Amino acid sequence: MRLVIPNPGLEGRILNYEDLERMEKEKVSDRPQWANKSEYILTCVGFCIGIGTVWRFPYLCQSHGGGAFLIPYFILLVLEGMPLLLLEFAIGQRLRKGSVGVWRSISPYLNGIGIASMLVSFMIGLYYNTLIAWIMWYFFNSFQSPLPWAQCPLNDNGTEYVSECQRSSTVDYYYYRVTLNTTASIADSGGIHWPMVVCLLAAWAVICLCYIRGIGTSGKAVYVTSILPYIVLAIFLVRGLTLKGALNGVEFLFTPDVNELMKATTWLDAGAQVFYAFSIAWGGLISFSSYNPIHNNCMKDAVVLTAITGLTAIYVATVTYTIIGFRATEKYDSCISENIRLLLNAFDLSEDNITTSNYESELIRLNTSHSDEVLRLNIQTCDLQKFLSEGVEGTGLAFVVFTEAITKMPGSPIWSVLFFLMLLCLGISTLFGNIEGVVVPLKDLNIVPQSWPQEAITGATCFVSFVVSLLFAQQSGFYWVTLFDNFAGSVPLLTIGFIELIAVVHIYGIDRFCEDLEFMIGHKPSIFWQISWRFISPLIILVILVFYMVVQGQEELTHLVWDPNSEAFPYLASMPYPSWVNAVIFVLAGIPSLVVPMYAICRDRNKDVQLLHTNVQMSYVIVW
Amino acid sequence: MWKNTFFLFFILSACAEELCKPDASNGYKVRLSLKTALGDDAYTWNKNEMFLFQSTLAFAMRTSHTGQSYEISNIVVCNETDRVSFWFVVTSPGNPTELVENYIVEEAIRKSRHRINSAFLLTDKTLEFVGILPTLATPVSYDTPPWLIVFGVLMGIIVAGIIVLLASSIVKRKRKTRRTDEEEADEETRVKTMDNGVYNMSFSVEDKLTQM
Repeated sequence: MRLVIPNPGLEGRILNYEDLERMEKEKVSDRPQWANKSEYILTCVGFCIGIGTVWRFPYLCQSHGGGAFLIPYFILLVLEGMPLLLLEFAIGQRLRKGSVGVWRSISPYLNGIGIASMLVSFMIGLYYNTLIAWIMWYFFNSFQSPLPWAQCPLNDNGTEYVSECQRSSTVDYYYYRVTLNTTASIADSGGIHWPMVVCLLAAWAVICLCYIRGIGTSGKAVYVTSILPYIVLAIFLVRGLTLKGALNGVEFLFTPDVNELMKATTWLDAGAQVFYAFSIAWGGLISFSSYNPIHNNCMKDAVVLTAITGLTAIYVATVTYTIIGFRATEKYDSCISENIRLLLNAFDLSEDNITTSNYESELIRLNTSHSDEVLRLNIQTCDLQKFLSEGVEGTGLAFVVFTEAITKMPGSPIWSVLFFLMLLCLGISTLFGNIEGVVVPLKDLNIVPQSWPQEAITGATCFVSFVVSLLFAQQSGFYWVTLFDNFAGSVPLLTIGFIELIAVVHIYGIDRFCEDLEFMIGHKPSIFWQISWRFISPLIILVILVFYMVVQGQEELTHLVWDPNSEAFPYLASMPYPSWVNAVIFVLAGIPSLVVPMYAICRDRNKDVQLLHTNVQMSYVIVW
Repeated sequence: MWKNTFFLFFILSACAEELCKPDASNGYKVRLSLKTALGDDAYTWNKNEMFLFQSTLAFAMRTSHTGQSYEISNIVVCNETDRVSFWFVVTSPGNPTELVENYIVEEAIRKSRHRINSAFLLTDKTLEFVGILPTLATPVSYDTPPWLIVFGVLMGIIVAGIIVLLASSIVKRKRKTRRTDEEEADEETRVKTMDNGVYNMSFSVEDKLTQM
């Protein structure tokens, strides 16, 4: 039942085994090489462990049944993530080209996959670096005591705090007003917020410096950016576990709810998280693997990377929830203290009368004896579970929940610096893979002249990206980032990943692929891998893609806005998108997905023949 | 004579007590939260502490309302509760039946708030004068925002790094072109000498092809 689409000329486009052995022995190659294996592994680990591991996985884990969520997560990690990972590693290592080159070698019709990967990497890189710019802003502002988000500014009279800050909270105000200066909707652009321009400049300059010589410089940078987060997490774990209420958080995270396993959304969210976590279809992994020696054991790499990703996700989730538990317990305690204070003041009772231990019973007693007075006091119910489930996903986790928790810890500036440094490292290491997925295709597609040195290409890419990402430095930038996050990184990636699987299994040929693996690592992949590549992984991706499109198609497009004049304030209000956003969504999600079939249909045959000739000539040169 | 003085004193104190009552027009409620502020070190509230309060307030009135010499008897306290809260009014030193206006009292308390708090080892939140809002502390502000300093340091390091890396690349490339120039020059001289000698490319190729 091997469906292989005829693919003439494949032998002429790829290097055969003898050429590869000769190249390996003579060490002749114009491509960069990894200085050692650990740089490669650290780069891949950094690429896979990103900011999403900190602020997406713990939320999914907790909201989909806690400890029970780990079951679908690990199953899908092994059935969906690991095969795709090995696929990208092996095809890159075998064909020894970047993403565009690999797909073009397999078939000239598939050039579109490489182009789509490049477009997706570019768009994701734009908004991802904006998140890094925000993290940098918080990092820069952590070097002062007290932290600036611990206090509200006074209004003009000096009589009381600014009303927006008073009604919401200091951290919310600092994030939405001081950092971003958010407008009330995406339609209202509001002009450029210059502190954000400064931070974006810093963010792109850091990436430019670290990647200026390609993997030669980024391979050194990953020693810091990939290892530092683990150290910081260990420090936070020790600190977190010694805080009051930390275990409430960990318990909340891991308490299993087996009923959640029956729901389809749990499995779909787990699948989507695995897919995005591994940064598949960005093109970066293929590129990184192509710099490996030909006999590198990529199967072992895939298994090791999968294990590291899974375990790191649990580690990060634990640390995150100790801090969340601490914050929720603090809020709960202050809520109870406030209620006690109100009761004591209203009834002029001695302070010993009501303590945290007998609060409940005293409240009931007072309610029965003086019910209307108690009603007038407006006692808030204090619910620990509610505090634990507040705002624990996405940017809200890092910039609102965590910053608030840090202000309550002794020695806040140090913890703030460490936390944001860790997020910076996580983000920058992911961006290395991202920029690799943009720069290498630019070279392969001859968009950039071949005579330019690597430094010039990196500099030009960073500069152009900086200019385009000024879109996010507007006052409505927060809404643009959310828009990009929802649409640029979801449907196109799933589509490209699915097509990659089909291309390798049916167009390149699964038999040829298995022989390649045998040549590279010494043994054929076992039946598990073959079944995954041919049936299980494509099926899972197809199901996730279809389900996602169905859900998105049914929902009305709305976004959450920070509007001080709305009724829902201080919570984010839901507002529909203006109609021109549909065009933007088409550019973000539609164009990369459609590039693949459109290229296959409309490609210029003459150009392909020319390219074919150049490839064949080049292979002759290398042989002689 | 004695009886008259005693009678007058009794009348006066009775009047004073009538002047002070909850929700008095020129009076204020005071609330102390000793356990919240001091925890285990909290002292018990007794008549001596009340005496200190009255004297501190008299001090505050004297400092603010210059010219008037307030005595402890001018601070009239009533309605003490277990919470440790009570009402007080201030009578004028010249006329003990007349109450001092509340805005004068408020100004006096605002001016000496810190001294009053310190006398009791309390803060604005734990020694409350209901109706008199504490002045808010202004947030700390800097001449140069600290974040600009950190940004400047970071950009300096980055620019220096980029310049160093670019310079070393340019130097390496110049060295390579110089070396290949030298090699080419060597090869030219070698070829020139070889031309006169035996080495001939076409000969060796033919050798390869014609293997019999």
